[in-house]
Amino acid sequence: MPIHTEPMTINVGPQHPSTHGVFRLRVTFDGEEILEVEPVFGYLHRGTEKLAEERTYVQIVTLTDRLDYVSSMINNQGYCLAVEKLLGVEPPLRAKWLRTMVAELQRIASHLMGIGFFLQDLGTLGTPLMYGFRTREKILDLFEMLCGARITLTYMRPGGVFSDTPPDFWPALENFMQELPTEIGEIEQLVMENEIVLVRTKGVSPLSPEMAINCSVSGPVLRASGIAWDWRKMEPYDAYEWVDFDVPVGANGDNYDRFWVRMQEIHQSARIIHQCMEHIEPGPVRLDLPLVFRPEPGAEAYGRVEASKGELAFYMLSDGGVSPYRCKIRSPSLINLTVTEHLLVGWKLADMIVTLGSLDINMGEVDR
Amino acid sequence: MYGMGMVKGLLVTLKNLTKRPFTVQYPEERLKQHPRFRGEEFVWYEERCTGCASCAKFCPLGIIKIVTSPSETAPAQGDKYLLEVFDIDIARCMFCGLCVEACPYDALFMGSGFEQSQYSRKEMVIGIDQLRQADKHPSTFFRPQLESAGYDPHQGQPLHWKDVGRESWRWHQHEKAGMRLESAAGSGNGDPIEAVDDLNSPDLGGTAEDAGAPEQTQ
Amino acid sequence: MSPDNVLYGTPVYRFVYELVGTVLPCWISYVAAGLVIMFILVNAVLMGAAVFVFAERRLIGRFHNRIGPNRWGPFGTFQPFADVLKLIFKEDITPAAADKIVFLAAPIVMLAPAILMLAVVPFAKNTALADLNVGILYILAVTSLSSVAILMAGWSSNNRYAMFGAARGVAVLISYEVPVVLCLLGVVMVAGSMSLADVVEAQAVPFLLVQPLALFVFLAGVSAELNRTPFDVAEAESELVAGYHTEYSGVKFALIQAAEFGGVVTASMVVVTLFLGGWAGPLADYLGWFWFLLKVGAVAFIFIWVRATYPRLRIDQLMAFAWKFLLPLSIINLFATSLEVFFLRDSQGVLATNDLWIMTGINLALGAGCIALFGSMIREKIKPVTWQPAAGTASLTVGEVT
Repeated sequence: MPIHTEPMTINVGPQHPSTHGVFRLRVTFDGEEILEVEPVFGYLHRGTEKLAEERTYVQIVTLTDRLDYVSSMINNQGYCLAVEKLLGVEPPLRAKWLRTMVAELQRIASHLMGIGFFLQDLGTLGTPLMYGFRTREKILDLFEMLCGARITLTYMRPGGVFSDTPPDFWPALENFMQELPTEIGEIEQLVMENEIVLVRTKGVSPLSPEMAINCSVSGPVLRASGIAWDWRKMEPYDAYEWVDFDVPVGANGDNYDRFWVRMQEIHQSARIIHQCMEHIEPGPVRLDLPLVFRPEPGAEAYGRVEASKGELAFYMLSDGGVSPYRCKIRSPSLINLTVTEHLLVGWKLADMIVTLGSLDINMGEVDR
Repeated sequence: MYGMGMVKGLLVTLKNLTKRPFTVQYPEERLKQHPRFRGEEFVWYEERCTGCASCAKFCPLGIIKIVTSPSETAPAQGDKYLLEVFDIDIARCMFCGLCVEACPYDALFMGSGFEQSQYSRKEMVIGIDQLRQADKHPSTFFRPQLESAGYDPHQGQPLHWKDVGRESWRWHQHEKAGMRLESAAGSGNGDPIEAVDDLNSPDLGGTAEDAGAPEQTQ
Repeated sequence: MSPDNVLYGTPVYRFVYELVGTVLPCWISYVAAGLVIMFILVNAVLMGAAVFVFAERRLIGRFHNRIGPNRWGPFGTFQPFADVLKLIFKEDITPAAADKIVFLAAPIVMLAPAILMLAVVPFAKNTALADLNVGILYILAVTSLSSVAILMAGWSSNNRYAMFGAARGVAVLISYEVPVVLCLLGVVMVAGSMSLADVVEAQAVPFLLVQPLALFVFLAGVSAELNRTPFDVAEAESELVAGYHTEYSGVKFALIQAAEFGGVVTASMVVVTLFLGGWAGPLADYLGWFWFLLKVGAVAFIFIWVRATYPRLRIDQLMAFAWKFLLPLSIINLFATSLEVFFLRDSQGVLATNDLWIMTGINLALGAGCIALFGSMIREKIKPVTWQPAAGTASLTVGEVT
C-alpha cells in the first residue's frame, strides 16, 4: 500500500532561535527537504530613511549606528563619506587613518560574531561563539576608551572623528593586537579542521558566481563565490589606498567558503590595523564644520564602503536645508538575502539554518 | 588521519577548561570603565548654564525640555537666563552625547554611572532638582580639558564647576557670550540667542588645510 | 508472597525486608521493602540528574571560559533546585489542539526508562536492587521505551517542530539500537553472562581494553539515544526550537529534562558497569561505591566534554554514521570476539586472565585498523563532489576584476 504523504509548511520565525533577529521564512518541506522558501521581513522596520529626513546631518550619525548594530563604526564611516562628498570636503589625514583603523577593528568584531553564530547554528553549543565574544569584548573595550560607548558608537562625524584618541589607547591597542592571533588561532584550531564542520558545510548551498552577480550580492558572500570584488580595493576610501592587504576569495561559494573568507578577512584586518598603527601621524582629526550646516541645494552624493556584510552605501540628496531631502540606504544584508531561495531549495532543514548563518545577515540593517 | 581535527577541537576546549574565566561577577566585581564612558546621569553645572537650549536643539530625539525666563538683570548685560525646567528623559536617551558636544559653555557633561533602573518611565526623567543635587562626576567625553588633566570620574572627587575647565575647540571659542564669572576676555555682547543662531548658520567652515582646525589633545 | 522470588534473592532487598519484617507481617513488609527501595532509586535518579545538570552547566561554562551558574548556594550547587522550583511554579500550558492524555503521559513515559534501568545496576558488591540474570537484555528492552515516549510527545503536541523532532528522534533511536545491541553481544560473550554483576566480576581486565570497538560503538550509540551532541538532531535547538518538547512547559518540561539528564547518569552507570569494571578498584569490598561513582563521573565528564566541543551532524549523515560505520564495526567486533572466545576458552567455557590479555592485544589492533579503514571509507562517501581544495588567498590590485 503506498503511503500517503504531503508537504508540510512551517513558519521559521519571526520567533525562532536561529533567524538572527525577527526574520520569518515560510518554508515548505517534503520530509526534511525544502521545496519552497519565502522570506518575509520587515518586522524590525524603524523608518530610518524617513527619520533621517528630519534630522540634521550630524544627528543622522546616531541613526546609522542602529542599522547593523554589530558594526556601527563602518556604518558611521559610510554615512560620513557620503556627507563629505555632498559637501565636497576631505577629512584631515589623521582622521582618515583613525577611521580606517577603527573600521577594521569593527570588522574583526563583526566577523567574529558572524562566525560564532554560524557555528552556533551548526550546533556547537556556543563554544566558538563564546571565544569570539571574548575577543570582541576587548575590541569593545577599546571602543569605550575611544568614544565612551561600546555598541552604538557615534564616533565619526562628517569631516572626521569627534575626538582624538585618549593617551592610554595606543598601548591598549598594541596589547590587543598581540593577543589577537592566539585567540583567533584558538577558534581556527577548534573548528577549521573539525570533520563534522567540514561534512556539514563543504559543498552545501553553493552560490555560483553568475547568480551572485545577477543578484547583486556583495561582501564575503560574493567573494566566497570566487569574485575578488572589494570596495576597499576597487574604490579606496579613507586610508585604504595606502595600506597593503589581500582579498581572500573562495572557490565554490558554499557554506564553508563563506565561513573561510570571513576567517581570512580577520587576518587581513589585523594586517591593516598594524599598518595604520605604523603610519598614523599627529594632526587634526576633525574639520572645522559647524554642528549644523546646509549643503548646496540640489547637491547629491553616493558614498559607499565595504562593510563587514557587503557594500553599504548612502545616497544623499540635499535641498539646501539643514537635513537631507532624501537619504537612501543600500544595505548589504537585504541584498544578500535575495539569494536565499536559490541557496535553500533542495537542501535540508538543518542546511537551511546553517546557510542563513553563513550569509551573516543582520535584521537591523535588512529592515532599516 | 581522519578524525584528527575533532581531537584537536577537544584539546582546545580542554585547554580552556583550565584557563581563568574572562567574565566578571557583576555586582561584586566591576569592569574598569574608561573616563570617556558616556554614563547615564548627566552632570550639569547651573552656574555655567545660560539656558541657551543648544543641548535641547541638538538632541536627535528631543528629550531635553528646557523652560527659561529672563533674569532681573537683562541678558543684554551679559547675564544668563534663569532655568525653570531642565528635564532629561533618560528612558528615551540613547547616550549619543550630542547635547554635550553642542553645549557652548561646558555646562553639561555626560555622567559616569549606568545603574539608574527604575520601575516606571516617569521616574526615568531627570529633573532640575536632581541635576542640581547630584554628585558631579563628569565623564571626560568631549571634554579634552578634563582628559589632559588626567581626571578619572570613577575615582576622583566630585568636581566643582570652577574646576572643570573649558574645552579648546575652535568653534566654541567663537562664542559671543562668555562666562559671567570669568574675566571673559574678548567676549562681545552677551546675547546667548545670537550664539545659537551663529551655530545654525550655513557656514561650511574650512578644509583640512584651514589654520583653524581643532587643537590637538594628544 | 514467596521469599524465593527473584527480588528477594538480592542482598539489599533482604536487608530492608528484614529491617521492616521485625515489626510488620510478612507480606506487608515485602511490599514495604519494595516501596522503600523504589523511593530511594527514583530519588537517586532525580538527584543524579540534578547533580549532573549542575556539573554540566558549570563545566560547560568553564569550557566556554566563563564561570557558569554560581549564585545559589555554595558554588551555585542549589541552581538545579532553583530551576526545578521555578518550573514547578510556572504555568503548565497544554496547547488547545493537543491530544491531552498522550501529552500528559509522554513525560512520565520518558522518565520511566531512566529509573527502571537503575534497578539492575550494581553500585557496589551485592548492592543491586535486582541482579537479574538477563540484566543486559532488560536494559536494552527498557531503553527502547524512550522512542515511544518521544513519539508520544512529538505527536500529541500538534506542533510541526515537535513532529519533526519526534520523527527524527525515533529514526535515530531505532537505527542506533542495532549497533548497540550487536556490540553488547561481544561483551556478553566474553563475560559469559547477561547479569551485570557477573559482567563486573568477569572484568579481570576491564572490557575497556578487551572490547575497545564495542566501547566506541556503545558510547556513540548511547549519545545518539540520549540526544547528546553531535547526535542531538531530535531536539536540535538551533533548527527545531526544542524538538519534540517544544510545547512543554512547567512541571512536564522539568520531567522531560530530568529524564534526559537522568538518562545520561544511568547510561554512564551502565557504561561503567559493562566496560570500566564497575565497582572494582582497591578495597573494592568497602569502597566499591566510591570507585563506581568516580568512574561514573569520568564517563559523564566525557559526555559533557564532547557536548561542549562538537557541532551537530545532519540527519542523513547521522543515519549514514549508524548504518555504514557503526554497524559494520559492531559486526566485525562480534565476529572477532566470537572467534577469540571459541579458540581461547578452556573446557569449562571460561576465559582465564591471560586469555583476556591476548584478546586485548588483538582487539585493540583490530579496533584501530577498523576505525581507520571505515573512517576513510565514510569520508569518501560524505565528501562533496563539487569541492576542490586549496582556495587560495587572491591578491589583486585596483581595477583588476576576475
